Amino acid sequence: MRNAFADELTKLGDQDSRIVMLSGDIGNRLFDKFKAKHPARFFNCGVAEANMMGVAAGMAMNGLRPVAYTITPFVTTRCLEQIRTDVCYHEAPVTIVAVGAGLAYSGLGPTHHACEDISFLRSIPNMVVIAPGDAFEVRAALQASMKQDRPVYIRMGKKGEPVVHKGPIADFAIGKAITITEGKDVCLLSTGNMLPEVIEAAHKLGEKGISAQVVSFHTVKPLDEAYLKQAFGKFKLVATIEEHSLIGGFGAAVSEWLSDSKTPNQNFIRFGTPDAFFKKSGEQEYAREMLGLSAHQIADKIILALH
Amino acid sequence: MNVAVRKAATQVDAGALKQRAAQLRGKIIDMSHAAQAAHLASSLSCADVLTAAYWHVLNINPEQPKDPLRDRFILSKGHAAAALYAVLAMKGYFPIAELETYCQDGGRLAEHPPANLLPGVEAATGSLGHGLPLGLGMALSGRIKGEAFRVFALLSDGENNEGSVWEAAMFGAAQKLENVCVIIDYNKWQATARSNETLMLAPLREKWAAFGWDAHEIDGHDVGALAEAMQNIPNGSGKPVALIAHTVKGKGVSFMEDDNNWHYRAPTAEEVVKSHKELGLT
Repeated sequence: MRNAFADELTKLGDQDSRIVMLSGDIGNRLFDKFKAKHPARFFNCGVAEANMMGVAAGMAMNGLRPVAYTITPFVTTRCLEQIRTDVCYHEAPVTIVAVGAGLAYSGLGPTHHACEDISFLRSIPNMVVIAPGDAFEVRAALQASMKQDRPVYIRMGKKGEPVVHKGPIADFAIGKAITITEGKDVCLLSTGNMLPEVIEAAHKLGEKGISAQVVSFHTVKPLDEAYLKQAFGKFKLVATIEEHSLIGGFGAAVSEWLSDSKTPNQNFIRFGTPDAFFKKSGEQEYAREMLGLSAHQIADKIILALH
Repeated sequence: MNVAVRKAATQVDAGALKQRAAQLRGKIIDMSHAAQAAHLASSLSCADVLTAAYWHVLNINPEQPKDPLRDRFILSKGHAAAALYAVLAMKGYFPIAELETYCQDGGRLAEHPPANLLPGVEAATGSLGHGLPLGLGMALSGRIKGEAFRVFALLSDGENNEGSVWEAAMFGAAQKLENVCVIIDYNKWQATARSNETLMLAPLREKWAAFGWDAHEIDGHDVGALAEAMQNIPNGSGKPVALIAHTVKGKGVSFMEDDNNWHYRAPTAEEVVKSHKELGLT
């Protein structure tokens, strides 16, 4: 995802002279092309994220389209007040791009995990929260955010994730979920980098004769309420799946919607990370397995819930 | 006036500025009394800096508050909002009568400056340590777009407690933002204690100089000297400028000066009359 981001940013930067790249001393060589083409619009802001976010807001308040980028916890919780007060309160069109969301950087330990960011950022007024499901969704989300006149948060995985879409997504729209595969029995609403895992879970369900619809619910805020309404009306079971805490994340947002819209929710289950730090060493695949987020565990739990 | 053309340095009329500062202090005291709002002493200590900036230095036109080429003045010490509101009203950004709505239900003049609500307010401040990073972003946007405006940010001394101030100081120096000027209202008090007994700021000029700024100490109540120093930004040093302005909290009213109770206290009607007399306004 991060290579797609850097490539798309360079392309967009060629067309739009308002685009400025701010990095928190991260992405060694990742932005070489952008730097070479637009040296006056690239800033390594150092390991000083509070200042970076304030600088980005100041630029956006003066007509530019800054993109502030570093590892998820450092570009979200580390500078949360700058995001809230400088960016969102001023309605400054800053695009915040986070790399390594969820457990993507599992091996680096809890300092680098990010399973709370959706919760914090979606509660801030004026903020849009997008968790793209693959590299093409990253490109589309970045393009769409540059057309917005408001703050946007894009939550990415790392690099080398399986690509789900066959090519550029022509009709990508912020707040509009994408049906990846149609199904009849169960609707799997995936947000962010869980998408390939969820597709695999759907395959496993298919092998058991259960037809699963897979959805990339890339925008957590604003929620695609029309899609939710249709899904809860139609399927025997609806599940949200995210690499984020069950507190305050995508599943929580859907729960809030269910409650507020008085929609019956007996057919709803949520997959996410528990209310605990994951302290053991190990890569993302191991962490998912330990936390019940691997494809076979998702499939097993769905089967159990259907019976 | 076409603000695209940089105002040439002009003769400072210190006498007129002093008179303006006294009027400004009178307004601030009236507002504090009417609203029974806090932060009077903090507003009085920076009144001369604001006077020098708005009545001599800044390249601004209140009729075009969003002119892209205007100089930016950021009140990073947002708790001195009353002083900023009084200045903006006196400059004509909105009617003087609106000052009576300060802190009133439904008004635009809250205890800290709001975002995107009141003409002339460049940034919503109140949480300390935000104004300088915002200002640096504005200055860089000017550099990128080829707009030669200047950015002034007024910080409190207590605000120098915030780590983000020092992140910004290092970034501004690395970017050689010579069109940025920080003014520190060094009144030696923060909300509840002496500044240097809370976090050691001293030696403050040397700290800013060590962080790569062209740093100078200045009498923060000498409107003439403030106007001279600020109008010469960029000053040819190739560095951003920090003016460590030595001030007295509550300046201008003998019974408020250097008495930190006035960080939160508001004056009675009788004290308002006494203050105006001392300021030579009656």
